Amino acid sequence: MKAVGIVLAGGSNNRMGQLSKNRAVAAMPVAGSYRCIDFVLSNMSNSHIQKVAVLTQYNSRSLNEHLNSSKWWDFGRKQGGLFVLTPFITEESNSWYLGTADSIYQNLDFLRKCHEPYVIITSGDCIYKMDFDKILDYHIKKKADITVAVKDIEAETEDLHRFGVVRMAEDGRIVNFEEKPLVAQTNTVSIGVYVIRRRLLIELIQKAHEEKRNDFVQDILVRYKDVKKIFGYKHEGYWENIATIDSYYHANMDFLKRDVRDYFFHDYPNVYSKIEDLPPAKFNPGSKIKNSLVSSGCIVNGEVQDSILFKKVYVGNNCVIKNSIILNDVYIGDNTVIENCIVESRDTIRANASYIGEDGKIQIVVEKSDRYIL
Amino acid sequence: MIKKEMIAMLLAGGQGSRLGVLTANVAKPAVSFGGKYRIIDFPLSNCINSGIDTVGVLTQYRHLRLNTHIGIGIPWDLDRNYGGVTLLPPYEGGENADWYSGTANAIFQNLEYIENYNPEYVLILGGDHIYKMDYEVMLDFHKSRNADITIACMPVPWEEASRFGVVVADENGHIKDFEEKPEKPSSNLASMGIYIFNWPTLREALLKLKDQPGCDFGMHVIPYVHEKTSNCYAYEFNGYWKDVGTLGSYWESNMELIDIIPEFNLYEEFWKIYTNNDMITPLYFADSSKVNRCIVGEGSEIYGEIYNSVIGSGVVIDEGTVVRDTIIMSGTHIGKNCTIDKGIIAENVQVGDNVVFSVGEYAESVLNPKVYAFDLVTVAENSVIPSNVKIGKNTAIVGKTVAEDYPDGLLASGQAIVKAGEM
Repeated sequence: MKAVGIVLAGGSNNRMGQLSKNRAVAAMPVAGSYRCIDFVLSNMSNSHIQKVAVLTQYNSRSLNEHLNSSKWWDFGRKQGGLFVLTPFITEESNSWYLGTADSIYQNLDFLRKCHEPYVIITSGDCIYKMDFDKILDYHIKKKADITVAVKDIEAETEDLHRFGVVRMAEDGRIVNFEEKPLVAQTNTVSIGVYVIRRRLLIELIQKAHEEKRNDFVQDILVRYKDVKKIFGYKHEGYWENIATIDSYYHANMDFLKRDVRDYFFHDYPNVYSKIEDLPPAKFNPGSKIKNSLVSSGCIVNGEVQDSILFKKVYVGNNCVIKNSIILNDVYIGDNTVIENCIVESRDTIRANASYIGEDGKIQIVVEKSDRYIL
Repeated sequence: MIKKEMIAMLLAGGQGSRLGVLTANVAKPAVSFGGKYRIIDFPLSNCINSGIDTVGVLTQYRHLRLNTHIGIGIPWDLDRNYGGVTLLPPYEGGENADWYSGTANAIFQNLEYIENYNPEYVLILGGDHIYKMDYEVMLDFHKSRNADITIACMPVPWEEASRFGVVVADENGHIKDFEEKPEKPSSNLASMGIYIFNWPTLREALLKLKDQPGCDFGMHVIPYVHEKTSNCYAYEFNGYWKDVGTLGSYWESNMELIDIIPEFNLYEEFWKIYTNNDMITPLYFADSSKVNRCIVGEGSEIYGEIYNSVIGSGVVIDEGTVVRDTIIMSGTHIGKNCTIDKGIIAENVQVGDNVVFSVGEYAESVLNPKVYAFDLVTVAENSVIPSNVKIGKNTAIVGKTVAEDYPDGLLASGQAIVKAGEM
């Protein structure tokens, strides 16, 4: 009850290509039966944060659909709750959210009405488990103005310039913060989790608005790094951002590793998601499944290898699916071959088709044939 | 005042003793079915899918599991401000309060509950059948006939009719006569134990028969009303309806789900079956796995081979193990290099390595030849089976067994191990 949560889930994204054409990145299906935002919402719930606002604007329909009830994350409470905040028109303002800081500014009344002393600001496009109670304790112990969760990532495998790169002093204070630098000075990146006192946040956001500055990272974190005490909090354990096609593909494939599965699926605390009441997966004669994840509601008649089948996927006879991600509710006709692909939700793929992406370059398949004519 | 047109009373108090050790610790309606479901999910889902949002569940035998499963009814959308699901165990303090002595007696002791909702009709359901049925259509039939009671019936093969209570009805459904397990049945319309009563009729009958010991719907209430008003109707139902009362029929109806197009199809878009399942993760198949004709619940990890089996949620099957023709319920772990044939393994069982099921010849069960008569190995929930043992046919295992419980590493056909204090 010490903090309220804010999830920034509004941004558009062109690096997701066609996958984000119909949905916000936070609503991307992940790991077979989750949506990306489930991870941060479960973290909030498991850290005893009872009041969470999700700020959305870009393509928010599928996200709203996923958040149509707050009971799955245990937010349907008298104290607190899940608030989905979209831009709205008032006498003073009729614009969309102009940036992350502006999106908070437009909902400043929400923060003013809260009584919790702290705010935890997160993004909706990362896969991780984190106990926000711990970062809050750290924040209080360090007497910080703002605390930023950071992680050391392997420089050679990750594209550092996608992230905010920080340099920390020995005591943990952030001495340098560069957003999406061309040349990164360190391999410590911000993972998009910020802790700040609620009153200070209101003050800074108001000031930014008066100066017509709209971005939380650029106009508050970077701008105030020498004036305010901004500390870094090292996050240990798995963390992935899925906001590019490549990282989305690899983050999903990580779940084929036993330690990642154990960490997210079996170890306490759990990750929650909307329950869809699908029947158990069914494997008919001809099915051959190797090193793959299969979600509920699937019916498999063919071969699946090193792949992930999301919910309600139908795989026809003699199909071969390799190194691919098949999103929710896809129908795949007989004798079809799919390799190195991401197949978009609700696709219908005709029989005898072949979709083969080049190794290392993932092909996105969008195929909206009419299912009931086939 | 609250007014509900029809409320349902679901009888879930029976043990189901013919399911043997499966119901040693849980009531039959709480037994798992079809991988992720429990038997009571079917009537509860039918209720909400038929638009009935007020359900009283009468419990008596070992109802802890039922209570935790049903909770406040969230999975079935039965968490309502008015109505919803209510668990009704026997209570102390009433004038006539005691343990439930029969199906009708259980309803009688909860007259107060029904009166709260001021219904016009009361639907009586059992908690031990697998079927999908629209009770609203049955209610329409009931109204169209102006009946006092409508009994759901289904045609059964003539040779089996003598196992059931059969009704003799004209083509309009008007019931002429009842025969309870007749030797020479004059009809093959068997009662399914699903009744719609006009509430005043039911109320009057229950009050009249309140001193009847073991007051039962089939034996007392319906004959009483039939005699008095002769206004009972039979509603013919022709869908899938399965009694899972014995280990044999329980095993068979589970196995029917793995047919390529099963007669009872869980994959239909409408008429969903809801259940309380907190496990939502996908299931994993390793490189070493093989699978053919199975259904597998969420979050299971398959490293071995599974054929013709129904596997629940969160089950782990280790490398080298071969599972055939078996039902494995949620949370069970099977070790390496086992051969599991024709078994029913209940929830949270630990099976060691190199265990072999169904060895040797058929032998009659020493525990209860009527219950264990289907060549199956039945393992109760939370049991432990040590490594390197062989288990014969028609056997039952309850409790945390150790290697010493198996003379020469073998549990011979027809034998059983029931650890003291476990049953």
